[in-house]
Amino acid sequence: MKTLLISPVHCISISVIITCLLLVSILVGCAPAAPQTATPAPTTATPVIPGKARFKIATTTSLYDTGLWNYLEPTFEKKAGVEMDIVYAGTGIALEYGRRGDVDAVVVHDPEAEAKFISEGYGINKRSFAFNHFLIAGPASDPAGIKDLSPEQAFKKIYEAGIADPNKVKFVSRGDNSGTHSKEKLIWKAAGLNYADVEKSGPWYVEAGKGMGPCLLMASEQGAYILSDISTFLAFKGKVNVVPLVEKGDLFLNVYDVIEINPEKVTTAKMLPTAKAFTNWLMSDDVQNLIATYGVTEYGRPLFSPLKGGGCTESGCPKLEDYTVPVQ
Amino acid sequence: MQEIWQALVQAVNLIVGLDPEVIQISLRSLYVSAWSISIAALICIPIGGLIHFHDFKGKRVVINIIQTFYSLPTVVVGLLVFLFISRSGPLGGLELMFTPTAMVIGQVILILPVLTGMTIGALSGVDRSIRDTALSAGANNVQAMWAILFEAKFAVVGALILGFGRAISEVGAALMLGGNIKGYTRVLTTAISLETQRGDLVLSLALGIILIGIAMVVSITMNILLQRY
Repeated sequence: MKTLLISPVHCISISVIITCLLLVSILVGCAPAAPQTATPAPTTATPVIPGKARFKIATTTSLYDTGLWNYLEPTFEKKAGVEMDIVYAGTGIALEYGRRGDVDAVVVHDPEAEAKFISEGYGINKRSFAFNHFLIAGPASDPAGIKDLSPEQAFKKIYEAGIADPNKVKFVSRGDNSGTHSKEKLIWKAAGLNYADVEKSGPWYVEAGKGMGPCLLMASEQGAYILSDISTFLAFKGKVNVVPLVEKGDLFLNVYDVIEINPEKVTTAKMLPTAKAFTNWLMSDDVQNLIATYGVTEYGRPLFSPLKGGGCTESGCPKLEDYTVPVQ
Repeated sequence: MQEIWQALVQAVNLIVGLDPEVIQISLRSLYVSAWSISIAALICIPIGGLIHFHDFKGKRVVINIIQTFYSLPTVVVGLLVFLFISRSGPLGGLELMFTPTAMVIGQVILILPVLTGMTIGALSGVDRSIRDTALSAGANNVQAMWAILFEAKFAVVGALILGFGRAISEVGAALMLGGNIKGYTRVLTTAISLETQRGDLVLSLALGIILIGIAMVVSITMNILLQRY
């Protein structure tokens, strides 16, 4: 009964050889029709490696979701003669992709994390190219009474009312180290509260760990308050039962920056010249004018404001040279 | 609830109207998952056979471990493969991150345990006398193994369909390793995740319906082929 039907060495070596062959053929991109071994339906091969160099950037989720990149991508691809790969992720993981050299530039909106990224030597030539604002949304009945307060006062009221009656007042947090989450922590701090305490202060504080859209849906379901960027909020308007309650405040400023990966620190980043051209292109009049009108037809108002022309006047706005001086 | 109806209508419109982007994304889903299941089959069926046809110490333990990994979360697979193929990782030189190949690697790892475990299960269902009969009729070991595999074909193909289903429906590894790059690594599941995030719930559902449609076509095709041979 214990006779070997086929030797173990045989089995393993055959499968390893076949696997290697397959992997190599995928890598080379010649992608033959899927092999015979019980393959489900033959498929059309898609070209895996086109001739052009691939310029990879990681961008923040909120920026990607608006569709702005779909709009900009073809123009830059033509201009720079590259294939542009745009990966979206929360600022935390986007910067991690940068640190590991998986992308050539990052587009993010978290001043503190960016400063750290640059001081560690991973990023260079930071420039700003657009801004908009955050807002606090919540149920129209506004159980915590925050309408038109300042962001920090509003957060304090939500905190107090939430602890007093968690069934009536809730707050949904991204909880995912995204730029929006960082902004939320900053506002808690400005409200005189310790974030670590807020986080653990009771069931009123809901840590979702999801993207902006799903968080808005969650806040809508729970009748909760939420900090959102304006563009995602507009995209979800009509799908959610939360309304903007606080829209004014210096703390709400949301600036989008582009940072190139430093090839001296991250030796695998090979596209610095393209990344530089990309940065300068984002600051160019063409793109700036485009940003000023993007979203008007769909949402009735622009989703972002360009920095060109000095439209950003609040404290915390980037300095003139941060959005006008081209990188060399 | 009306969204479900709208989604059905939109799914039909997208298919009938041959929406180029949706077709491209659907074909890419099929392409990536077909590669994954093919490679996984070439690894798993021999290994499954190897484990089944040998009685060795700790066989139960090995099978238990394989079955434990049925629960491997897709995001964890994505993360592990990411650490290896990221440009700073040990395989960074191959520049596989954010490519369809990376997605295939992730999916293969994801379905290895399921397919191996199910192959062992399928072979266990075959009467031992088949092998003895084949051997006594003068077949060599390899021929006997084929005879047994052939006997177990329904269960093996069932396992392949299950593996294919796990590959084409997973989103965690595809998103992490492929990056959902438009026109390059965007597949149905990552597109669904993106559209949900963007708030286009109807389009998300419509893409979901298309995915189920593809799965249906694949499973029916497999079953027809199976009847024939």
